[in-house]
Amino acid sequence: MRRALVGCLALSLAAPPLGVFLMLRRMSLTADVLAHGILPGIAVGFLVAGLSVTAMSIGGLVAGLIVGVGAGAISRATGGREDAALAALYLVALALGVTLISTRAGSVELSHLLFGSVLGVDDPALFLMAGVASLTLLALAFAWRPLVLECFDPGFAAAVRAHGGWWHMLFLVLVVLNVLAAFQALGTLMAVGLMMLPAVAARYWGRSVGGMAYAAAGIAVLASVAGLLVSYHFDLPSGPAIVLVAGGVWVVSVLAGPADGLLTRLLRRPHLSG
Amino acid sequence: MSGAEGIVLSDLTLAHGRRPAVHHISGRFAPGSLTAIVGPNGAGKSTLLRAIAGLHPAGEGQLSAPRRDIALLPQAAALDRAFPISCLDVVLFGHWHRAGAFRALRPAERQAAREALAAVGLEGFERRPVGNLSTGQFQRVLFARLLVQDAPVILLDEPFNAVDARTAADLLALVHRWHGEGRTILAVLHDLELVRHDFPETLLLAREPVAWGPTAEVLTAANRMKARMMAEAWDAEAEACERSAA
Repeated sequence: MRRALVGCLALSLAAPPLGVFLMLRRMSLTADVLAHGILPGIAVGFLVAGLSVTAMSIGGLVAGLIVGVGAGAISRATGGREDAALAALYLVALALGVTLISTRAGSVELSHLLFGSVLGVDDPALFLMAGVASLTLLALAFAWRPLVLECFDPGFAAAVRAHGGWWHMLFLVLVVLNVLAAFQALGTLMAVGLMMLPAVAARYWGRSVGGMAYAAAGIAVLASVAGLLVSYHFDLPSGPAIVLVAGGVWVVSVLAGPADGLLTRLLRRPHLSG
Repeated sequence: MSGAEGIVLSDLTLAHGRRPAVHHISGRFAPGSLTAIVGPNGAGKSTLLRAIAGLHPAGEGQLSAPRRDIALLPQAAALDRAFPISCLDVVLFGHWHRAGAFRALRPAERQAAREALAAVGLEGFERRPVGNLSTGQFQRVLFARLLVQDAPVILLDEPFNAVDARTAADLLALVHRWHGEGRTILAVLHDLELVRHDFPETLLLAREPVAWGPTAEVLTAANRMKARMMAEAWDAEAEACERSAA
């Protein structure tokens, strides 16, 4: 339980800022695709070495990068109308992963992989989560300016030769790593929850990319602590509990967030805004 | 300010996939020249600007341009104005070619960005998110970024579209200021009155160059008719370029 809490707190600091960038790039769905895309790789790792963090992570990393590059290629080939192809991709990946795992494992292990489990967080998993979080925060601090530029104005980034493509690749690698780390506690179906829900909610709390990133991390920390407590006391799966709390924060944000929340919009007359 | 050669096109052909957008164009934008690029829709004007900026590969022929010294203002519609970024931060990106991805910005550079915002009439807008701006104000912000870029060659793609007359006049004054400073300026435009009045040189483009030279000689009724007919003829024609195959 304590390990899970520490791990989730680490993830809460690193994953939500990535989610903010994903949301701003209108790539929210891509995160989902990556989370499901790692499952076949995790399954192969599981078949080779059982519930070993190392084997499953390596498998998941390889699969995630393949899917990430594939999603990018689909996006370019379809000129931005990639959502249908991405949906197909992640359904296939999910089915393939579940099938592979089912050949060897029972329903307990399958449920552990799909939904996560607080008891599943052992020392290697904790090191993975903490390591990924540290790496992500360092990389974000390092690459903040090019990421914001590539996100806001890719045309200008290309014109000033900012190597937007490379930054985007780095970014995708970070997303895959975070999804992998989140998978340890939240399971593959919920791994994106801690990344995207706080980010989407933060949209209603901040007016700058940095502000949103801080807000998202704060919301994620809150959701992790509250979700794990609920999960522990009521014997619920940890992933859904955390994601549900984050979802609750999102609903509150849509209604009452200071930046374009529904209440704020209703209370303030348009000509007084801005 | 730009290299002695300026921008030289020799028998340049640009294509979108197999579909040629600009055909066999030769000529030169002299250093310090102020040129309007006009022509029917789909005449390849934007593609030519993007190619000069190095964003579109040259198909056949040669294109020589001082790539590092070029600033491009794309068509306004391309940007997501809901993005949470302040006016000052957008303008500060104009320092990219000096500051790069990592170096901290110097106080003088921040000051230059503030002055650029003031120069386009947006004093006090530093912290405003771009989402709150009108189309014209947003175009002013992009012009402020061009000011900060301080490039010897400036490419403007329909800079005055969808902005009000007051904004257009202010931005045009900036274009004249740049011209006076000896910069090379190419602008894709639709307003022929404006071109006649303010732009000494004109390139009339309809996939192929119809005419290129002093504005009064280019914008004759005969040339404009020819451009229109060529554009219509192209729509009906086969995709591949027959002349380059011959």
